[in-house]
Order: sequence, then structure tokens, then C-alpha cells
Amino acid sequence: MSTARPILSIDGVTKRFAGPYSLTRRLSGKPPLAVHALSDVNLEVNRGETLGIVGESGCGKSTLARCMVRLLDPDSGAIRFEGKDIAELKPSERRGFNRRVQMIFQDPYSSLNPRMTVAQMLGEALGVHKMRPKAEIPDRIAELLDLVRLPQDAAGRYPHEFSGGQRQRIGIARALAVEPDVIVADELVSALDVSVQAQVVNLLLQLQEKLQLTVVFVAHDLRLVRHISHRVAVMYLGQVMEVSPSEALFTSPRHPYSKALLDAAPELDPTRRNRTAATRGELPSPMNLPVGCPFAGRCPHVFERCLIERPVLTPRGNGQHAACHLTEFGAPEARPNA
Amino acid sequence: MMPASDNSGLVVRGLTTTFETARGQAIAAADIDFDVAPGEVVGLVGESGSGKSVTLRSVMRLIREPGKVTGRVEWGGRDLVAMSDEELRRVRGSEIAMIFQEPMTALNPVLPVGLQIEENLRAHTGLGRRERRARALELMTIVGIPDAERRLNEYPHQFSGGMRQRAMIAIALACSPKLLLADEPTTALDVTIQDQILKLLLDLRDRLAMSVVLVTHDLGVVAATCDRMAVMYAGRIVETGTVVDVFAQPRHPYTRGLLGSVPRGRAVRTMLSSIDGTPPSLTDLPDGCAFHPRCSFATEQCRRERPPLAPVAAGRLAACFHHERVAAAEAIL
Repeated sequence: MSTARPILSIDGVTKRFAGPYSLTRRLSGKPPLAVHALSDVNLEVNRGETLGIVGESGCGKSTLARCMVRLLDPDSGAIRFEGKDIAELKPSERRGFNRRVQMIFQDPYSSLNPRMTVAQMLGEALGVHKMRPKAEIPDRIAELLDLVRLPQDAAGRYPHEFSGGQRQRIGIARALAVEPDVIVADELVSALDVSVQAQVVNLLLQLQEKLQLTVVFVAHDLRLVRHISHRVAVMYLGQVMEVSPSEALFTSPRHPYSKALLDAAPELDPTRRNRTAATRGELPSPMNLPVGCPFAGRCPHVFERCLIERPVLTPRGNGQHAACHLTEFGAPEARPNA
Repeated sequence: MMPASDNSGLVVRGLTTTFETARGQAIAAADIDFDVAPGEVVGLVGESGSGKSVTLRSVMRLIREPGKVTGRVEWGGRDLVAMSDEELRRVRGSEIAMIFQEPMTALNPVLPVGLQIEENLRAHTGLGRRERRARALELMTIVGIPDAERRLNEYPHQFSGGMRQRAMIAIALACSPKLLLADEPTTALDVTIQDQILKLLLDLRDRLAMSVVLVTHDLGVVAATCDRMAVMYAGRIVETGTVVDVFAQPRHPYTRGLLGSVPRGRAVRTMLSSIDGTPPSLTDLPDGCAFHPRCSFATEQCRRERPPLAPVAAGRLAACFHHERVAAAEAIL
């Protein structure tokens, strides 16, 4: 998986959103405030893998997902799909890209048109991209419903007639209708109850095997991300702190933030309780990023260099990458006392 | 469940909350029995619509018309359900306090946080203005809000989500309550902040010797904080016991299914043991056991009659005819 050319690569992507520009700021000649959603993100998605992107709210994971499908254009840097910068695609190529990279959203109720039946929605996707001749569309819709395990009578019904889990299946069916290569799922199951969540996760795992999909799975729930991803990227304040194979990340995190996230997630074993909080403090404002490492203010291992120099993502062996000045952090031989 | 030895603690018996809806009567909480001993943390766990929040609100009598609450909620020898409004007002906020999921909607947006803490003290204590200020400052420090002096004069929108929840807890703690009702207090928070708030609740429980009822949908939160738990499904308690026992050997198929649905580290990219189907609508419950259409243990008996919540082992209750088969099934965790 490591040597193959990545299907999607993110090179130094930065994205800012303009914040409020108050009169006093204008008068004093200061630049407008900006939310730094992504700062210099580098990431690669390999064909056929599931890449999990995990982080707390405001870490930029959804912005990154939206940049990947070109719902947002980065301010600088490039996103390449099969080596081509997606910002510079010709209109005809862009149509192909839109078909091959599909996004599924968190809230199926706001991303499905309430006035269209399931058959109309799926038919539209099939028609726009000319996936099938008109006569074959009903058969294809039946096939798709079968694929996501919805009953056949679902075709004639409207979104409000379905439960949350079923609606999310409709979203999946619509994305799969155009036979994409890559699915970007933004908090796919976060709004669902745990028993229904498990059904949708199982479905996604099966579909990926069956259709050889590449999946980018964005979520805040570490347990879930660990369960379904081959590799996981941990984000914090618009930066990637660590990218590691799932198992390696969870057994030996190489960044103090990854470790803090893991320790903070409640353990499902009541006999292994811990009474000390994993981190102190809260996220700094994305309007006013610290100069050095964004995690420095909360990190138990912070030292001077962290406050003045931002660490970059470097390899740590075993397929792991971390952005931390403590290159030995979490290393199997020399484990600093956490 | 453990019988309350004396007048201390909370004893809930036959608590039933019904709502008249356009589609008929919905029994949001049916015949709920549970006890909370002094200093104990009890978790009420279930999926959306299972009745866990309604149960908690019914205890505090926060259910509005057209909702109706019947049954008994004994607190210090008195029945909260039958109590007069005046008496109830004295209990609420002083002996029993409550915190909610959305601190932004529960806090008053146009009053400084300090004033909102003092409001509680003014209502329930005879403290003077200066003493109230001092106590508010002390409370802010207890719940871990840094720079408390300045923060007292700030408004809720100037607080982050985690700080708002801390402020809510400070208000709840103002009169040193003996019981804290917490309705999904960490659901809207990030995992590192959730971790801090849960640890804070446990520390406060130890320091103030108060009982806590924690409503949550997250089994991880239950495992990390509660002493005992009650699992709810479709408005009823289906299983209770100590957290360690229930996690080690669930006796109800629904509990078993819930535990199996939570992704864990051990088997990466394997199927989760999900529960088929979706929870039933409260206005259209199936006959017999409400869980039977989704249950792999179901038999003819389950379709005909509803299993009662009955003792199945020491300190354990379960509402299942087949609890022995469930207990004997292959371990889920």
C-alpha cells in the first residue's frame, strides 16, 4: 500500500475563512481576523484503503473533506487526483472528477431533497452522469436499493418516511449510483444511535470490499475510526499531528496529542478506570494561532522549542509520521514518562 | 434493586409519564423503579427515545402539560410527585440540582455568569451580598474555571462549551445539593473536554458526598463513571445491576446488542454485532416484549406477553424470559 501512487494527494493545503472585521480594527489598520481552518496540510490517500481523519471540533477535518471533493477551494497548495491538480481540471474532466469522487454528509435530512422520492434522487444521479440508458434506470435503482439493504418499496417514498439510519443508506445509495472510486464520508454515523450506527458501519465495510472503494472517513469518534480505518490521520487546529497505520497509532501513538485523545476516550471496561484527566486546558482560538506547536499550551511534554518553532510531519518508522519535536516520543525503546 | 436503608437517597417507584399525541397516547416512561443510594453514581443508558431523559425530568417534575406523571419519587421521606409547588421549589436547586446537555440554552444569555450563580444562593440561603460573591468565586474555582474573578462578570457567550458546562455545574453546586441529576452533560463536548468534566463530577461526588444520576447514550461514559446502571428501551427499564456485572455478563439481549455495537480496538475492520431494525415508535409498540422484533432470542412467549423486570442474580434485575440463555451466550466483550 505504501509504494503505489496515491489516488488523492493533498500538498501543502491552506484554507482560511474571513472572520469579523470590526471598525476599530479597520481604523487601527490591522488586517481582518481570519479563521485558520487548514494550515499546510499534507496527506495522501492510497487506492483501496480507508483513511480515517479524526480530531475534535474545529480541527479542520470537515474543511479538509470539503476541499477534497472541491466544495471548497484551498487558498494555497493543491489537491491532486491521480496526479492532476483538481483546481485546474477542464470542464469535461471536472465532470469526470465529480462522478468519481463522491461525498456523503453527516445530516442526511438536510442533504436529501425532501420533495423528491428516493427513485427520483437516484434517477437524477444516474441521468446527470449518463450512467445507464433511460430504460435501464429502474432496474439499476432496484439494484442500488438492494446493495444498501433498503426494501424495494423505498423507491416511491420521500426522505421523511425513513428513520435516520435508513436515510443515511439513501445517501450512500446516491453516492454509489455513479460508481465512484472515492467516497468521502463526513461524520457518516455521528447522528445515529449506537445500534444503528453499527449497521451502517457494517454496510460500509462490506461495500468497500465488494466495490473496491477508497474511503476517506472523517469522524470525531476514535473507537469508530480505529475500527474501520487502515490508516488514521489525527488533526488539531488545522494541522496534521500524526498519520499512522491504525494499529500502530492505537498501540504506540507517536504524538502527545494522539496519546491524550486516546486516553480521554472512555474505556469500555469498567474495571480499568482512571481518575486523572488526560489533558488540561482547552483548544486555542483558530483566529489566533500560537506561533509554535498548536498543542504546546496543553502538552504535558512541552519545552522551549515547542513555543517558537512549529514541528513538521516527519517519518517515525513503522509507517508512522508525527509532527513533534520529541522524535523519540512513544518510541518502543525509549518511552518518556507520560 | 438495593432497598434504601433509611430516609436518605432517592427511591423511585412506578414512575410513569404519558403524553397525549395526535397519534395516540405515548408512554414515554413506564413503571420505572430505581434507587439511588447516598454517594452513588447511577447511569441511565439507552438510545434516543428510550425514555431516559423523560425519566430524569419526571423526577424533578419538569414535565409540562400535556404530559402526565404518576407514581412515587421519594426523597428524604417526602414524595416529590405529590408535593406542593412551594415545597418543591425549596427542594429544587438546593437539595436536588440538575444540569443539562446544552449549557447555552440552560444559561441565561443576558446575565453575567456570576450573577446566575448568586441567584441560586439568594433563593436558597440567607447569605449577604458579599458572602454570595465570595461563595460564587469559590464555586468557580472548585469547578476549575481559571481566572475566576474576571470570569464572574462575563456572559455565557464568552465561555467555551466546556467552560459553560463547568459554569452550569457551579450553579448546580451552589447550595451543596445531595443529589445531582445530569442529563447528557458531556454529549455536546469534545472527548478531551468530556474526560475533564466527567473526572470533575467524580471528584465533586467524593468531596461533597452527593449522589449522581447520569443520563447518557454512551456506554463508555457509563463504564468510566457509574457505580450502577439501568438500561432503558422503549420507555422501560430492561436491565439493572452494577456496572461491572452488567458489562461482564449482560442478561438482556438489548444490553448485549448495545455492548456489541460499540466499536472496540481488538478486531479492526470486522463486522460489529449490530442490532437489526430500529427502535419502535412509542405510539405503536409491539405486543409482548417491545424488543422482540429485533431480538435473536425471541420465542412465541415473547410475542404474547411482556416479561416483568425481575431479579435474575444478586443485585441484578432483567426483563427477559430468556435471561439465562442470554447470560450463557458467548461473551460479547
